Amino acid sequence: MSVSVKVNGVSKSFTTGKVEVKALQNISFEVSKGEVFGLIGPDGAGKTTLFRILTTLMIANKGEASVDGFDVVKQYKKIRNRVGYMPGRFSLYQDLTVEENLSFFATLFNTSLEKNYDLVKSIYQQIEPFKKRRAGALSGGMKQKLALSCALIHRPSVLFLDEPTTGVDAVSRKEFWELLRQLQTHGITIIVSTPYMDEASLCDRVALMQQGKIMEINSPKGITENFKKPLWAMRSSAMYQLMLELRALNEVETCYPFGQYHHVVFKGNPVSEDDVRRMIGNISQREIEVRRIPATIEDCFMELMHQ
Amino acid sequence: MKQDLAISVSKLTKRFGAFTAVNEITFDVKQGEIFGFLGANGAGKTTAMRMLCGLSFPTSGEATVAGFDLFRDAEKIKKNIGYMSQRFSLYEDLTIRENIRFYGGIYGLTDQQIKTKTDFMVGQLHLQDQINKLVKSLPLGWKQKLSFSVAMLHQPKIVFLDEPTGGVDPVTRREFWTLIYEAAQNGTTVFVTTHYMDEAEYCDRVSIMVDGRIDALDTPIELKRKFNAPSMAEVFVQLARKAQRGE
Repeated sequence: MSVSVKVNGVSKSFTTGKVEVKALQNISFEVSKGEVFGLIGPDGAGKTTLFRILTTLMIANKGEASVDGFDVVKQYKKIRNRVGYMPGRFSLYQDLTVEENLSFFATLFNTSLEKNYDLVKSIYQQIEPFKKRRAGALSGGMKQKLALSCALIHRPSVLFLDEPTTGVDAVSRKEFWELLRQLQTHGITIIVSTPYMDEASLCDRVALMQQGKIMEINSPKGITENFKKPLWAMRSSAMYQLMLELRALNEVETCYPFGQYHHVVFKGNPVSEDDVRRMIGNISQREIEVRRIPATIEDCFMELMHQ
Repeated sequence: MKQDLAISVSKLTKRFGAFTAVNEITFDVKQGEIFGFLGANGAGKTTAMRMLCGLSFPTSGEATVAGFDLFRDAEKIKKNIGYMSQRFSLYEDLTIRENIRFYGGIYGLTDQQIKTKTDFMVGQLHLQDQINKLVKSLPLGWKQKLSFSVAMLHQPKIVFLDEPTGGVDPVTRREFWTLIYEAAQNGTTVFVTTHYMDEAEYCDRVSIMVDGRIDALDTPIELKRKFNAPSMAEVFVQLARKAQRGE
């Protein structure tokens, strides 16, 4: 498969006052054409800085990067014509209507809504009833759809989406990811960032990022399969108490709440339930549900943070 | 008001012109409870929360918060609650020490109380080496934990947390919940909104708002049983899919 985005040894630092912040430290990866590639990490991981470098809005201190075969520094004008970028903060013109925003961006790229209607149709139809409304008066979900339509108006070959689902409720997040899958069928490469670990499983491949570094790059399945320690889910009627008692045990390496269960890793990596029950034999909780489970992306992320 | 209720709300409503943002919601929150206040974007959560904090005057209904009537004693309510907004609410250009001093002063703490609280907080959060650093230089997760502690500075009876863990890394997110548990164990009532459905499971009880109404309210275990769902995420999706209005 041909390479769409290539990043090689990219570093970027910012200095505020006396403090130097290393936003990106020696980042390298490749994304194939038509792939949905996720940058997964919390605030401060460096996701936005990476987007700005790849969309030619910022220059790295070190390393090189290319998009569609064009160098982000030497051939930045070529890149600007062929990428779509949806920043984390809403950046359209609030005083223009939906229709005016779209035609403005279409004109910039010397195209029109009609020419690329097949691509934006499924998204644009949802905001068409409000086309005479000013963008500033739209709801959050509608703004997001308008921003996505504008980012697609010139039929980009690579689409950069910076935290499109942050602060969005669980249902709308699901719908947004369904939209991305539809776009993928048009052959567009999608690079998307998110702080929600559960969204990693919706990408073809992901990079897990933390404090300017990539901790691991793999398919979601590859990442969870790399979690080698046996992981145990536990539940009782007093979950907070259970967590405190488990954490106080010498045998327990980590214990984290995960929704209705605690996820526990034991020293010595026991694989049988009997062994685990013996290790927790002394704690005061009665009737503890114990079962072995496969790791989630979030388990892996936290494990990598400790290394 | 019953003695053991931190919040008691009956048919509370807020209209903006023809639009009913919050439509006759009725619920109680017990003292020391961790109460999860969920809903889709635009369901009316923020409006409801602003009313309960005394920041927005209700159109109709009744409510008492921390023992005070929402319609008559909004100013007393403000003194007895803590509030942490989803946007970081400390002053970035002040140091940690200065922020604590500032908020302590606002809530009328004495110099001695502020000093004791400052020592306790930096100890609890392990910020001893950072205390004279500007808040803007701290990682987000630390800021959020500090922000929570500042909201608790005047030992409020109730603390309102509006999406406190958005964008925070998974380890810090869990450390944050440990702070919430500790506060609840010490008798503070915690009223919290979140988009992370695993966090809904950590609450004693959860309400889910749809189109301005509270459509479900119970313990996570009971909600899952009622909706025949394996997780709170599934309960949420079943309810929020019915929503008619956008944001």
